[in-house]
Amino acid sequence: MVPGDGGGALMLGIQLERLLGAAPAGVAEALDAVDGFDRALVTGLGRPTPEQSAALAALAGRVAASPLGAVAAEAVEKIAAGSVSDERLAALAAARAALLGAVHDAQLAALDEALGREREECAEPGGGEPLGERLLDGARSWLREVALVGWRGLGDDSLRGLDQALTALWAEPAARRLAVLLDGLAGELRACLPLSTWERLPVRRWADLWANAVLLCQPGAAGAAEAAAGPTAQVSGRLLPLGAELHEHPTAVQLLVHALLERDGGQPALLVRVGVGAAKVETLTGPTLWRLLGGFPALLRALAERRALTVTGLPLLAGGELVWDESGVALDEPADPFVTARTQLAGALAPAVPPLRRHPVQLAEPVLLEGYRVRDGVLTLDGHRLPLDLEHLPSAGPLTPQLVKASTACLGLLCWEDGGWSLRPLGVRATARRQQVEAHTGDWTQGPTDPKAAKAEARWGDPVETLRERAGRLLRA
Amino acid sequence: MENGERAAWERRPTARVVPAARPRKVVKVPFVELVDGRLQGVVSSGSDIARVYVSAVEAGSHDVSCGTNNNRPCGGIRPGGCKHVEALVKEAVLQYGEERVARFLRVEPGEGELTARLRGGGINRDRPAAEVFSRFLRHLAYLEVPASTAPLPELRWFPATGAVR
Ligand SMILES: [Zn+2]
Repeated sequence: MVPGDGGGALMLGIQLERLLGAAPAGVAEALDAVDGFDRALVTGLGRPTPEQSAALAALAGRVAASPLGAVAAEAVEKIAAGSVSDERLAALAAARAALLGAVHDAQLAALDEALGREREECAEPGGGEPLGERLLDGARSWLREVALVGWRGLGDDSLRGLDQALTALWAEPAARRLAVLLDGLAGELRACLPLSTWERLPVRRWADLWANAVLLCQPGAAGAAEAAAGPTAQVSGRLLPLGAELHEHPTAVQLLVHALLERDGGQPALLVRVGVGAAKVETLTGPTLWRLLGGFPALLRALAERRALTVTGLPLLAGGELVWDESGVALDEPADPFVTARTQLAGALAPAVPPLRRHPVQLAEPVLLEGYRVRDGVLTLDGHRLPLDLEHLPSAGPLTPQLVKASTACLGLLCWEDGGWSLRPLGVRATARRQQVEAHTGDWTQGPTDPKAAKAEARWGDPVETLRERAGRLLRA
Repeated sequence: MENGERAAWERRPTARVVPAARPRKVVKVPFVELVDGRLQGVVSSGSDIARVYVSAVEAGSHDVSCGTNNNRPCGGIRPGGCKHVEALVKEAVLQYGEERVARFLRVEPGEGELTARLRGGGINRDRPAAEVFSRFLRHLAYLEVPASTAPLPELRWFPATGAVR
């Protein structure tokens, strides 16, 4: 397929129609099987009821024809008989991941088809260095306990038991993904204690996090996705930011920048992502988050000043992530993200998705939309309705639901959840008080530019510095 | 809630149960947590920069405790608290919102500030400050973890929120 075959950089009504109309076969059935497993995890598999056993069997049944079929079936049989082990739980987590992976692939294919987006083939995944078995023991035993007692059965004791394992995981850079994942899950569970009293629980979400952790505990899994993409691993060129996502839970923050990389030598631009992250504490949130990423001054400035960057010899990973290194980058000319998207997004080559990242939550494709109307949280383009995700606009940036509502152009991510596609805005052009304004998630990386937010931030002082000072004084006392 | 709406929510990978914490000033109360059936935390001493108080309120009974990091009891402690406990509750409300703190401490719904609505309770004199203090140190240790540039794809489940101005 010719890049840009879909008709230019702008997402058109006809493309949206094609996307919304795509109904890949088998998605509902796959998700129902996942759902059955997730519900079983609410009360735990320690003493499986016939209903729970049937749900597990249905999950295994869905992957029966795959290489996972035999192990999954055996795991279900043993667990139904009351015998839960790490290997059996891993088999179920893998079966669940395979189904969600298939859903991901089907939706991504529909998106690529609708947009005319060309995507790289996935290289053979490299195996990562296995993490130490002893390092993983604590995490595995906690994950097993969760599986036995279920979300409803968890208490303070079991969460305290995880703390020790987490301390060890955070201390090992190679285990960062697992540390970040488990700490995020544990923080949420702690905030919900006593768990038995909630009317509804985020059943899919917690099962997702649990299953991912189980898979990351498998030998070599944590590093596999980070393996570089073979001979083209080092890249140089001009990096043009499109927009920034911010991810946050009580003890972690990540800035994820979507950008186009113009490689030296005139090859088509690559759609890449740059992720930088830091550990934090819960109190540090809002615009203060940017202070935690102070070790990446060029990246932050490029966002605040809407400039391009020159990158030299940065590693490019199989999933399209450029591994950031401030010593290999320099600030370049101003580059308006809307202009970048309009002129280059259509012809850009999108990255492959490594196997362990094939999950619907990872669907987040940058697009540019114009000429729409917004009403009641729904964007309408040529009569086609696309819900807006206004829940996930970070307090660390200037984007608000009001601005999105008043917008005339939007750079955003197409995301997919069970309910269908939605658009998560990363930047907008809007008319506010008869003036044209532009707002992007990363606008405040050098501090809030909005007077009200700047005043509030000044009132909080520099909490990062305050806590670091306290830490220095007390940790070494 | 409608059954269909609930089912749809339960199937969302980004569904959150409790709202994210809100930023606050940390000079006076560098550490607050709701854990083990207690609101507990660390309150800076007004007079000595090297000294901190470890204060706590028990959920349900609202028994209070307060003492320095060297285990010296707080001189101002009485049933219902002291200025440190008061500061702790106030900051907890700023960080977590009144609803979550009240639910956690099992405070009866009512009028006025949460600090004033705590039951008289008693004083818990043998609460070891050491445990809370070590949790505070563990908490601070997060700020010593080096930043990372490796992908953290699992954070896709945790998109930042909160832009309501
Ligand atoms: Zn006191």
